[in-house]
Order: sequence, then structure tokens, then C-alpha cells
Amino acid sequence: MLRGVIIFFILLMYICRLEAQTHPVEVVHFDWYENLTQQKNDTTYIVNFWATWCVPCVEELPYFEKINELYKHQKVKVILVSLDALKRKESVLQPFINMKKIASTVLLLNEPDYNSWIDKVNSSWQGSLPATVIFNHQKKQYVFIENSVTFDILNQHIHKQ
Amino acid sequence: MKTLLISLTILSAFVWSSFAPATTSGYSINDEARDFKLKNVDGNFVSLADYKDAKGIIVVFTCNHCPFSVAYEDRIIALHKTYAAKGFPVVAINPNDPISYPSDSYENMQIRAKEKKFPFAYLIDETQDIAKTYGALKTPHVFILRKSGSKYIVSYIGAIDDNSDDEDAVKTKYAENALNDILAGREIGQATTKAIGCGVKWKK
Repeated sequence: MLRGVIIFFILLMYICRLEAQTHPVEVVHFDWYENLTQQKNDTTYIVNFWATWCVPCVEELPYFEKINELYKHQKVKVILVSLDALKRKESVLQPFINMKKIASTVLLLNEPDYNSWIDKVNSSWQGSLPATVIFNHQKKQYVFIENSVTFDILNQHIHKQ
Repeated sequence: MKTLLISLTILSAFVWSSFAPATTSGYSINDEARDFKLKNVDGNFVSLADYKDAKGIIVVFTCNHCPFSVAYEDRIIALHKTYAAKGFPVVAINPNDPISYPSDSYENMQIRAKEKKFPFAYLIDETQDIAKTYGALKTPHVFILRKSGSKYIVSYIGAIDDNSDDEDAVKTKYAENALNDILAGREIGQATTKAIGCGVKWKK
């Protein structure tokens, strides 16, 4: 009986661990973004620059999650690019993703010399967060938003022809 | 007819101003910066004109709550210690609405300034007019002003250095390089830089 209980708890712990590690955050550099923006396909990419310490960023995450869920079988890709410090990846970012059960792809952009790449995303970007880029090569669409967004704003851009 | 025209003009000016975003303007390099009179954590009011012997001022928009500001506190203190002696003291200004962020209240500024023994003035921009006029969008956001006669000329706008996460990994000290260029009488190599920071919390 006791053995059964112990095995049950070990299994439970193992399942919880699996659950917690469903979405490990991958660390990328700016060349990742450059490669992504050079994709010549018909997918709409929604790239949101955010951080766990940015309150308006955290507030709008549910809209990105909703888009991600709604369009998961269509050519729409949501990518949440965290600008959290690399040293806080395991202690802050990963627990946050697990706790909020974020299903969208989350990457950590490890490029602390912001000045070297902000202008390459968009020269009008002053450096505040959140900031969102929406692009679709085939539709020749490129949108840059240095502000909070809503579900409707994101959805309208996805449907724009 | 004339009255109608005047009222239309007034109306359109009103409509225009209510739609014009408050944060897109702000200073560019070589603009003349306006002076201000803002309350310091010690209760006294501070103006640029108070720094009579200074060659310029390092204005740093910063605050209590933002992790970037906190990460840069010691570097801002070091900047003041090095450059105040050379004629460029730091004047820190908190532009945030304390209703959005209670930790950025005047009382909490006093506590933080005491804890960290800030050797520079730490002012509250209650109306947010100075942040808007300067074009401060985030914290920390540095504006280096060079004194020319009685005028303050904006000479550098941007980041302190190229690594907020890790001071030991800093390769380029943008603000210090600009100050060294000014002190040497050289043209500033890099007069503007960009950085991620916490957006200024504007009053709603």
C-alpha cells in the first residue's frame, strides 16, 4: 500500500515536471529576426517584443494567446520575443511562461546592445515596450506598432488584404 | 461668416491638438533645452540655472520601479562622481505618474535616494511637462546638455552604455564617450543611441 502511494507521488511529480517544461524558452540572437523577416512565404508573422517586467506587455499577452489559439491551423505565427535579461531566464521568465501556461512560441532575444539592432527592426522605434511587428511577405504587408495592441487590432491586420 | 470661420479655426485647432500624440515631439541634437524648477527629494526646488559653475548637465530621466533604472543606479552614481568634478553633474528626474506606479511616488523617491545615498538631485516632474518637452520616453533616458553662454544645448540623447544586464560586459560607454568628446572639444562621435527601457507612465 505504502509502496503504491510512493510510486503514485513519484509519477505525479514526474507528470508535473513534464507539464512545467512544455515550452522551454529558446535563446536567440538578432540574426534569428533577420532570417525570419527574409522568409518569402504566405505566413503572417506576429512578432511581439515584450518583457516580464513590462506591465502593459503582460496585460496584452492574452490577445496574442487568443490569436495563437484561433489561428493555430492557419498560416499565422505568433512569436513572443522576450527582452528579459539572460540571467533571469530560469529564475523569472521560464516560471512566468509555465505559470501563465503560455502556448505561443516564446524566445529570449539575447542582444543587450539595443542600439545595435533597434533601428533594424524599425527606425521609428524609440525603444519602449511593448512593440509589435506584423508582416506577410506575399501580401507585401509590414506593420510596426510601438504601443499596446488589442485582439481586434491584431485580428484586423491578419485579415487585411 | 467671419465668426463661423474663427470658430471653425478654433475647433480644428482643438481637434488637432487633442489627436496629436504628446510624446512624439521632444528635443533633437543641438536644440536649446528649457530650464525647469522641480522639487528635489530634500524638499528644495532645483533648476539648471542653480548649477552656476557647471559646463553642462547630465539629465537622466529615471525612476524607482523600473528594473533598467535599478540596474543603472550604481552606474548613474559613478557617472556623477566622475563627471561632476569635470563640470557635468547628474540631475535625475522621475517623470512617472505615481498613481500608475505607487513605488514612484515622491515619498518612495526620498526613501530610494537615502538608501542609495544619491550624490545628485533626484527631482519629481509632477506635471510631466519636462519629460514631454524633452521627449523622455522611457527610463533611464539620458540627455546631456552643454552650456553655451546662458543656454543649454542638447548634445547627446540616449542610453548610458551598451549592456543594461551586466556592467562587466559593457563594451561601449555611450554617455561617457559623449562627455569625453564634449570635454575634449571634439564633435560627438555618437550623439544619439537607442535602448529598451520602461515606458514613461503618463497620467491618464
